[in-house]
Amino acid sequence: MASPNQLYTPALLEHVQHPDWNFELKDATCSHEGVNPSCGDDLTIHARLANDGTIAEVSWTGEGCAVSKGSADMMADLMVGLTPAEAKELCVTFGELVRGELSAEDAEEELDEAACLASIAHMPARVKCAELAWRTMDEMLSGATEPSSTEDGLVPSAGDLG
Amino acid sequence: MATLCSAPRLPAAEAARIALNPYKADFPLLVGHPELAYLDNAATAQRPACVLEAETRFYETMNANPLRGLYSLSVEATAAMEEARATFARLIGATSPREIVFTRNASESLNLVARTLGEQVLFEGDEVVISILEHHSNLIPWQEVCKRTGATLRWLYPSQEGFFSEEEIKATIGPATKIVSITQLSNVLGMEVPVAAIAKRAREMGAYVVVDGAQSVPHIPVSVAELDCDLLAFSAHKALGPFGVGALWGKLELLEALPPFLTGGEMIDSVTQEGAVWAPVPMKFEAGTQDAAGIYAAGVGLSYLEEVGFEAIHAREVALGRALMEGLAERPFVEVYGPRNPDAHHGVVSFNIEGVHPHDVSSILDGSGVAIRAGHHCAQPLLTWLGTSSTCRASAAFYNDLSDVERFLDAIDTVWSLFHGLA
Repeated sequence: MASPNQLYTPALLEHVQHPDWNFELKDATCSHEGVNPSCGDDLTIHARLANDGTIAEVSWTGEGCAVSKGSADMMADLMVGLTPAEAKELCVTFGELVRGELSAEDAEEELDEAACLASIAHMPARVKCAELAWRTMDEMLSGATEPSSTEDGLVPSAGDLG
Repeated sequence: MATLCSAPRLPAAEAARIALNPYKADFPLLVGHPELAYLDNAATAQRPACVLEAETRFYETMNANPLRGLYSLSVEATAAMEEARATFARLIGATSPREIVFTRNASESLNLVARTLGEQVLFEGDEVVISILEHHSNLIPWQEVCKRTGATLRWLYPSQEGFFSEEEIKATIGPATKIVSITQLSNVLGMEVPVAAIAKRAREMGAYVVVDGAQSVPHIPVSVAELDCDLLAFSAHKALGPFGVGALWGKLELLEALPPFLTGGEMIDSVTQEGAVWAPVPMKFEAGTQDAAGIYAAGVGLSYLEEVGFEAIHAREVALGRALMEGLAERPFVEVYGPRNPDAHHGVVSFNIEGVHPHDVSSILDGSGVAIRAGHHCAQPLLTWLGTSSTCRASAAFYNDLSDVERFLDAIDTVWSLFHGLA
């Protein structure tokens, strides 16, 4: 059994209780919705691109569990200044981290405090919560038009037993 | 902030009773995990050693394909299955073991009913009545059969407290109603549904009565005669038995009149190149080789329940439910759903912690060794009706005790502290 504090670290909870990027970006270049229907997580990611094509600002709106919201706020911190290609790469790296394919130590340089979500790899049903913002960002930058969902059958849903 | 006191205001005698736990020693998983407070019994029960031993005993001493052999081992395997059938029948007051059809689970039993009875009796303009409390297992099969037949699905609603009024029952079940299919005990709110009153109205309207007993059969005495129903579905895994074994009870003459559900081996008397003659009930509904070992072990599980006795089971589960409810009531940041009367919950308590998603609650509780359920509990229409998308659910069984409740309440305080920077 994982200790709750491994996942619900002060860093994560600070982003949940006092998010830096929880608002609608007025001059957003693009916005994209991501949902986990069985959890009720429903986040929209907004991004503004600078003239040179790099990401100038990212924000998020919506409702979800602490893991999905804290993860979104940490992601918004990390995206500023990246090119879309770099941002997409970072989303892939984060996916590897939360699926246990990459250790927190190896990810820390790139993912900073978001590396604290590594322990979620031991809670398969919650991986999709941590991934939601990142998958949504990745798909937005790929030009997706349909809402993103991390419930694509790869992870068991916590809501499906009687 | 929560009170520090986590001892609920139970009557002393009741608290003393659930402080003791004469049952825990019978459950190997609980013995092996003393740090675990398992409060997800409405999802699946823990299994006593006698059930696990029975499954092994079957394979070690009587394993053969039941019904297919003319040698003594196969006869023994068949006898083991039939012994279980008799136990299943006795538990719910069936008049004959032949009225018990073995399935994989309650869902399969309800699908069987929807596909056979539903497709036989439903036509355009007819109505099927269920309640807003239903588990998806007793909802989706009816949605599907209504789509196929042109019948309409109608819903019974209880009061916010969870009680069904005479007026509601009369207004919803009428001359167009052909089937009423209803849960006996809510897997989310824990309260019992007045099945006998609903069945009486259904009878007056000439409708068939189907009962989802998945939550009731393991926890309260169930008599199909008293309920006056036609069919009742339940599963073994919530009643101390193995996964993958369920049952459908039906009145013999009704089962005989219904067509088969699945077809193939074991369910026929004779086969020609043109067709087949069905085996008698219940074999007509049991296509293919059954999980004989699981069925045998499930029977042993039900016998264990009978030995503990439903009076004792009910008393303990009500006391544990009250301890849970009263502990949560002392925490103003917790909202509890369903009846205010703790005794109406049968040990099942759905709740939310203000500002914290249920999945976060269950993950944090897991870290404290407390297992509860979080989500929509396979009852999404009910949760929508309750005005929420998910809840936490603690569900006690007679082999829980007061220390489980106390650990649960302490962990609830941990959640609140973590989210308010107090930890």
